[in-house]
Amino acid sequence: MKSPAFDYIRARSVAHALETYRSLDGEGVYLAGGHSVVPSLTLRLQAPAALIDLSGIDALTGISLDDGWLRIGAMTRHAEVAADPMIRDHAHLFHLAAPHVAHPAIRNRGTIGGSLSLADPASEFPAVALALRAEMEVAGHDGVRRVKADDFFLDIYETAMDPGEILQAILVPPVRAGDVAVFDELARRRGDYAMVGAAVQAMVDAGRVADISIAFFSVGNKPTRAGAAESALRGARLDDATIAAAQSALDADLDPSDEPQMPASVRRHLARVLLGRLLGHLGTTA
Amino acid sequence: MTMDIELTVNGEHVRESVEPRMSLADFLRERLQLTGTHLGCEMGACGACLVLLGGKPVHACLVLAVQAAGETVETIEGLSESGAIADLQAAFHDRNALQCGFCTTGMMVNAHALLGDNPAPERAEIRDALSGNYCRCTGYEAIVDAIDATARKRASDVEAPA
Ligand SMILES: Cc1cc2nc3c(=O)[nH]c(=O)nc-3n(C[C@H](O)[C@H](O)[C@H](O)COP(=O)(O)OP(=O)(O)OC[C@H]3O[C@@H](n4cnc5c(N)ncnc54)[C@H](O)[C@@H]3O)c2cc1C
Ligand code: FES
Ligand code: FES
Repeated sequence: MKSPAFDYIRARSVAHALETYRSLDGEGVYLAGGHSVVPSLTLRLQAPAALIDLSGIDALTGISLDDGWLRIGAMTRHAEVAADPMIRDHAHLFHLAAPHVAHPAIRNRGTIGGSLSLADPASEFPAVALALRAEMEVAGHDGVRRVKADDFFLDIYETAMDPGEILQAILVPPVRAGDVAVFDELARRRGDYAMVGAAVQAMVDAGRVADISIAFFSVGNKPTRAGAAESALRGARLDDATIAAAQSALDADLDPSDEPQMPASVRRHLARVLLGRLLGHLGTTA
Repeated sequence: MTMDIELTVNGEHVRESVEPRMSLADFLRERLQLTGTHLGCEMGACGACLVLLGGKPVHACLVLAVQAAGETVETIEGLSESGAIADLQAAFHDRNALQCGFCTTGMMVNAHALLGDNPAPERAEIRDALSGNYCRCTGYEAIVDAIDATARKRASDVEAPA
């Protein structure tokens, strides 16, 4: 199918984009990599009056370190997330997750900001942002605010951004000594959306879990922190008994719904299997 | 609304007026008659429409022509005429890596980009690179064979120049 007609505006700055959005009175849609927007247009799922292209805005590009925090510009493409040495060293979970996002050609266009703004519950990066306890730098008419990942993802395709606000960058807290990251997903085919996936960021000290955050995706209406499993692990030695306890605790954390292609019980089972693998991997990585 | 865009396609400077909703794939096929870029799903799933944008493979069905303004595009016609993929084309022929040919141009663009980044890929890496390209005819094995054979041939040609 072909898209309905729309206008196209290349924003010169964040202020210009915000102003253009306001002038369109709710009929504008921001365009980043376009790899979710364009298919939704060709499928005629939406028909905006205009697309506001964010790709030419300097403030949304670049990767830099500021006071130990890594700032990843919203327009950073998935392929750059996979390849960039600063991201590899200071936000290792994003580096591990990027090769699982879609197929290589899509990774050349899709952006980290687009993925986080879209908040597809099956997407890898929102869960990574949660596990890293990252913060989102959001610009609106009243200025720039920072929103913790824990408060950012609200529901399917719904974030704490108000309509018209712009995600400028993702801020990742400083790396600590002993930090380890593991990531994996169970998908039918490499590059497909996962049946279940998880991102784990932990601090392991002499075989004990000093700190851990676990975020699942594709198991509910938004990326989900596994708080009960984290509690079962925090302070414990990473042995078989602890891993089994964390796997059981997942039942309290995850509430997948029954779907025609997969009953909730199967998804819960896959989540336990995946967590077991990841924690085993953590034991050998730390 | 129509917009004037300028871009470079297969080394030639192009200037056209387009509607913003026109995809790069439709632009190449309908305005420039470069019909080697195929359209299957028009939603990023099949890989028939791959072209090089700024030297990297992208789905021409998911890029608007207006987004490609100022950029450099190479299509299967450009790669074919320059001779850059002559050995890959011969290997596809030798190994029966195409039947109807619908997927072939996208496969070639992707394989060309893969071998540029990674001249000696493992078979698993070839499969990974082609994960977004559907072929309904060959069963993929012959395609992986052809790309693998091209990589090996290029490596041995470098070691023992004629
Ligand atoms: C075949 C296929 C397979 C895919 N597989 C996966 C997968 O396995 N995992 C995965 O995570 N994704 C997958 N994707 C989605 C892909 O990664 C998207 O490109 C990405 O999620 C959205 O990024 P984008 O830059 O393309 O955003 P766009 O499509 O441009 O925008 C997405 C949404 O976010 C808004 N937006 C974009 N940037 C900003 C910003 N800076 N501030 C505020 N709002 C903004 C837009 O208005 C739009 O609503 C797949 C896509 C395709 C076509
Ligand atoms: S036509 Fe572009 S991916 Fe199918
Ligand atoms: S040769 Fe027919 S689809 Fe691949």
